[in-house]
Amino acid sequence: MRRIILSLLLVLTAATMISSARADQTADLLDALKAKSFKAKIIAVENLAASGDARVVAPLTALLEGRLHKRKSDGAIVIVKKIDRRKFFFDALSGEKLGPAKARSSKKIRVNNRLRGILRGVLGALTLFSPDSKQRLSAARSMFKSAPSDSLATLSKAYLKETDEAVRDALARTLAATRLRHGTGAEKLAAVEQLSDFPDRDVRDLLASTALKAEGDLLAAVKSAAASIEQRLAFFNILQNLFQGISLGSVLLLAAIGLAITFGVMGVINMAYGEMVMLGAYTTHVVQTVMHTYYPGAVTQSLLLSIPAAFLVAGLFGIFLERSVIRFLYGRPLETLLATWGLSLMLQQFVRSVFGPTNREVIAPSWMSGSIEITGGLVLTNNRICIIIFAALVFLVLTLIIRYTDFGLRMRAVTQNRAMANAVGIRSSWIDAMTFGLGSGVAGLAGVALSQIDNVSPNLGQSYIIDSFLVVVFGGVGNLWGTLVGALSLGMANKFLEPYAGAVLGKILILVLVILFIQKRPRGLFALKGRAVEG
Amino acid sequence: MSDVLYLDGISVSFGGFKALNDLSLVVEQGEMRAIIGPNGAGKTTMMDIITGRTRPDKGIALFQGDIDLTKRDEAEIANLGIGRKFQKPTVFESHSVEDNLQLAQKAPRGPFATLIAKMSGEQRAAIDETLATIALTEDRFRLAGELSHGQKQWLEIGMLLMQQPDLLLVDEPVAGMTDAETDQTADLLRDIAKTRSVVVVEHDMEFVRALGTRVTVLHEGSVLSEGALDVVQNDERVIEVYLGR
Amino acid sequence: MMALNPSARIFAILLAALTIIVPVLNLALPETSALHVPTYMVSLFGKYLSFALLALSVDLIWGFCGILSLGHGAFFALGGYAMGMYLMRQIGDRGVYGNAELPDFMVFLNWQELPWYWLGFDNFFFAMAMVMLVPGALAFIFGWFAFRSRVSGVYLSIITQAMTFALMLAFFRNDMGFGGNNGLTDFKELLGFDLRSQGTRAALFVASGIALLAGFLICRVIVTSKLGKILVGIRDAESRTRFLGYRVEHYKLFVFTVSAVMAGIAGALYVPQVGIINPGEFAPANSIEIVVWVALGGRGTLFGAALGAVSVNLAKSYLTAAFPEVWLFALGALFIAVTLFLPKGMAGSIKVPLPAWVGGRT
Repeated sequence: MRRIILSLLLVLTAATMISSARADQTADLLDALKAKSFKAKIIAVENLAASGDARVVAPLTALLEGRLHKRKSDGAIVIVKKIDRRKFFFDALSGEKLGPAKARSSKKIRVNNRLRGILRGVLGALTLFSPDSKQRLSAARSMFKSAPSDSLATLSKAYLKETDEAVRDALARTLAATRLRHGTGAEKLAAVEQLSDFPDRDVRDLLASTALKAEGDLLAAVKSAAASIEQRLAFFNILQNLFQGISLGSVLLLAAIGLAITFGVMGVINMAYGEMVMLGAYTTHVVQTVMHTYYPGAVTQSLLLSIPAAFLVAGLFGIFLERSVIRFLYGRPLETLLATWGLSLMLQQFVRSVFGPTNREVIAPSWMSGSIEITGGLVLTNNRICIIIFAALVFLVLTLIIRYTDFGLRMRAVTQNRAMANAVGIRSSWIDAMTFGLGSGVAGLAGVALSQIDNVSPNLGQSYIIDSFLVVVFGGVGNLWGTLVGALSLGMANKFLEPYAGAVLGKILILVLVILFIQKRPRGLFALKGRAVEG
Repeated sequence: MSDVLYLDGISVSFGGFKALNDLSLVVEQGEMRAIIGPNGAGKTTMMDIITGRTRPDKGIALFQGDIDLTKRDEAEIANLGIGRKFQKPTVFESHSVEDNLQLAQKAPRGPFATLIAKMSGEQRAAIDETLATIALTEDRFRLAGELSHGQKQWLEIGMLLMQQPDLLLVDEPVAGMTDAETDQTADLLRDIAKTRSVVVVEHDMEFVRALGTRVTVLHEGSVLSEGALDVVQNDERVIEVYLGR
Repeated sequence: MMALNPSARIFAILLAALTIIVPVLNLALPETSALHVPTYMVSLFGKYLSFALLALSVDLIWGFCGILSLGHGAFFALGGYAMGMYLMRQIGDRGVYGNAELPDFMVFLNWQELPWYWLGFDNFFFAMAMVMLVPGALAFIFGWFAFRSRVSGVYLSIITQAMTFALMLAFFRNDMGFGGNNGLTDFKELLGFDLRSQGTRAALFVASGIALLAGFLICRVIVTSKLGKILVGIRDAESRTRFLGYRVEHYKLFVFTVSAVMAGIAGALYVPQVGIINPGEFAPANSIEIVVWVALGGRGTLFGAALGAVSVNLAKSYLTAAFPEVWLFALGALFIAVTLFLPKGMAGSIKVPLPAWVGGRT
């Protein structure tokens, strides 16, 4: 082991010394590209690549794309680039702008297919020295599967020079893989050990293919490394499923919590709840359109403004609905179910008539796009994280409202004993309207969140309503914690079943499981017990 | 001959609240027993246990000496011969009085039996007799929903009679009745108790006095006192619970 | 004659008359006659009659036993699929691929042999048995679980909805072997009769009329028996029924299964008259629509449910053709209006004075 490191260091120091000595010669090497024969050009390209000078990337890329020219006036090698439909010359090495390029004032340096192939390979290695860390990262990664044996030196050098943590890791991984492929026996063993630090699918596949050819010590090492990677991959897989489960669970929580409130307090099944969610999503779209017209600069932040807007639109509509239809149907839950279903049909058709049947686009603010990568296999997207946080906040605020505010106290009183609450002077009809408004407002909030991960279309609400009902039924009514547990467990179950059963079959399984569960606990996980619920 | 009802050490709790706490009670064959107690004493829960609506957490409930009630459901227990009248009169409001009695009448209870059932002359005579007992002969074809509150209470008692049970559980039979109706109901129950065992839950002390039976006082899920009404009324603990001293 | 109250008697007589007159007007009169009923109308009315039978099945459980099923479309669709499978087998080698052994969609999916659950569907009587057995068995199993653990009210409604939703997802899958998205279609013959011929269509109409009449009379027998009174007892005071010693779950299971079988038969009559069955029939929205037919017609009246089904579908046929934008608004408004203003439905709210010969008693 120590010997390997020592020899490695020697090689690297030598390479660095050589490269600095040649730095000044780069311009001369570039001139060699003017040669007529392709053979000479190939030698020139290889020399340039071996120079280790990062500046050669630009001319070599230009050569590959047919933009490297010889200027007729002075025979200098230049890069031609179009800016606003006009062509300009740029210095091949410094990138300095040299002035406008007139037609026929320069001649393209020609390449053939063989040269193109060499250029591509050489460029891959050279981008390892690009000033842009993103390019370096992608180069280091892209070489993992296909780095040729002679790129070991380049990779090592890049590794030593590298300062960015992520790129360094990627380089170490590619280096180890390349050594495993092309190195000596001892190098291979060391490489296996290094690779076991990178538990991802590519490494697993590489080790698996190595195991087919390896024997003795190497085979044993490869096998144990593969096993440990397999184990960690399985663990990451669980973490990934967990994250996706929580993510789906938080979407379900958002979609179901308002339903749980109205169902729990008023015993009202609101089949139009899905359409309230849809209203929230369309409000988001409208707010964005308005912002786009009047404050185009702030349009990406319109989502923040949509949150109160959607709450108000859906909430006010809910209060209107309660006052105009639902209050006449208390005590007749099945009739309420039918009336609200009718309402949902009307809302769908209304939105279809106003906004059209096609999907509407909602832009995500910059802080919601992109993702966080924990390791090779584990990627958390920002919009999902935002929705989890948003759902948690909504849940928290609702819990606080119900537990600590005067309104919450009255609401709980009506839930537990409507007649008694009336007797002590609580205006239960007012509580009903406000509760329905609150539940509907939360539906609007769910719509804002869903606009980020789903299509904003007239059918948006329909695709969530059955899931939301299952969450409420599963969790039990009269208790928001039940809804939380219900949403998370259904989300998890969905995501953990999906890999084995497929998305559709997984969903069917969940439906069947919930149906069976209701047999066992007809009133859900967190049902109220005792005389109060016996009707 | 064994006791018709034997409860021993029954406890049941709902989410931390102990509705019944080590309750024991024995009702003899042909006995009429009044049960009194403040709200939340566990009277209704006790009825729920006897009729199979609620399962006790622990304890023994036997009917006719050897039938374990805790393992059976409502329909089975009803068919064993235990009839129950609810606190709120519960009759089939969209059926006629006669149909109500017909449905309660002792007969095969399976769906296929009832699909082809025809009323025999004997059964019609039994219905006539009960109608007379509960003074609803005139109202035979009226819908039960149209009856007065007191008439509904009687109809429900009539339905229990049609079941021909060995044990009747009657929950607050005179709630909402006029004095005259209350007296008539007391007569009716005393009449019924000649042939079967009756357990009456009641708040109305005058009514309990009119029944003239042994009284059991429940408090916080267990028996506080038991005996003749006069004895019970002079029991220190009962006075404390009722008058809150 | 069994006890038919006046309105039921009128309904039965009118239905019988309709069943005879429409085919006669279609077959016997020349097309130029003003009274001629075009063949497409015969099939359209036939479809309405199958819907009426479906509405009847929902009214039997909802109107008389208080079970609001939001998944009855599933039983209808299963009956329809059983019929569709028979019709597919009747195509034989006349499909696009000319494969006598496999239906076209299986050839398209590269299947080598017929799945086991398609065996026997070549036989008409086996298929008709399945039309009743499959929905009946599903209802029995589902109901056995649900009623035994006393799932009722809105909870039951929601899990029936989940049931039909799960079936819809399942039938959308190609590897279920029921034609996936496209379902079963391109039928040619029924019992050797060309499905497009005028005579076959008239015969299917008559079959629908007879099935509806039979279904109606069977429902009347059930609801006027002692069992029917117990069902109403369960609807109005379930625990009273239980404490009288009736096993409520057995009664619910019985009537739920009977109702599912009726819905299956309705589906089997529907499919040959419209020429297609696809997973869309399982959509929860369809099942809820059935409920509004019943609510509009008047729950607990049987004939009202049938009238409701026919009138809503007449309106649907007209509006979706004339004002497609308006249909959902109208249907939605109907839901709200019926629940708010017509809780007893048309049959319960509109009193028609009856002539003496039908036994009118006012």
